[in-house]
Amino acid sequence: MINVLFFAQIRELLGTASVKIEAGEHTQTAEGLRATLAATDDKWAKIMASDKLLVAVNQTISQWDTPIVDGDEVAFFPPVTGG
Amino acid sequence: MIRVQTQDFNVPEEYHLISQDNSDGAVVTFVGKVRDFNDGSAVTDLTLEHYPGMTEAVLNQIEVEARERWPLNKVTIIHRVGAMALGEQIVFIGVTSAHRKAAFAACEFLIDFLKTKAPFWKLEAGDKGANWVEARDADEQAAKMWDKKA
Repeated sequence: MINVLFFAQIRELLGTASVKIEAGEHTQTAEGLRATLAATDDKWAKIMASDKLLVAVNQTISQWDTPIVDGDEVAFFPPVTGG
Repeated sequence: MIRVQTQDFNVPEEYHLISQDNSDGAVVTFVGKVRDFNDGSAVTDLTLEHYPGMTEAVLNQIEVEARERWPLNKVTIIHRVGAMALGEQIVFIGVTSAHRKAAFAACEFLIDFLKTKAPFWKLEAGDKGANWVEARDADEQAAKMWDKKA
């Protein structure tokens, strides 16, 4: 399983803080996982299509071609605004 | 020292903790507060969300990068999460070094990098309802400036 987390307005818009996704051939990269989530419904498709969306794989900001394996923690969130 | 916490911090106490070493001639501190406006709208309070685990890891990494650039002694980064009222303290950066230039530069670097790399998000409440704060290009530009100086 891949543990998928959402933060800030992404979490709020989706209405959930996390989902678990079965690892498979369509989830081998961050982009693949994003496409899998986007296929959920129109709402998810719109949120996952945001050009501001960032992805962290195992708590490190990553590129969309970053490999994902079973057991990884993947987080989607908007640009950060702390400080 | 890195701390992510809901409770407030005490600046004199933090100053005392980092300023004990007599080989340090410079102590520079920065405090970020909740201000009463953003982009022309009134702000009444703020809620900060973070990514537990990743936040601490990123702050540690930022400290490591600062120490690679300047000869620093003590470094403290405290960032609050949760609900904060107007005027409350959000973030503390404290840096000590033998000389002021390194301490000033490292303090500015730490806050610039924290603002663009650490997974914190601000939700502002005001007269127009609650809004997630948009990332500012100016903050990204400030962080990028350090690439050129490297």
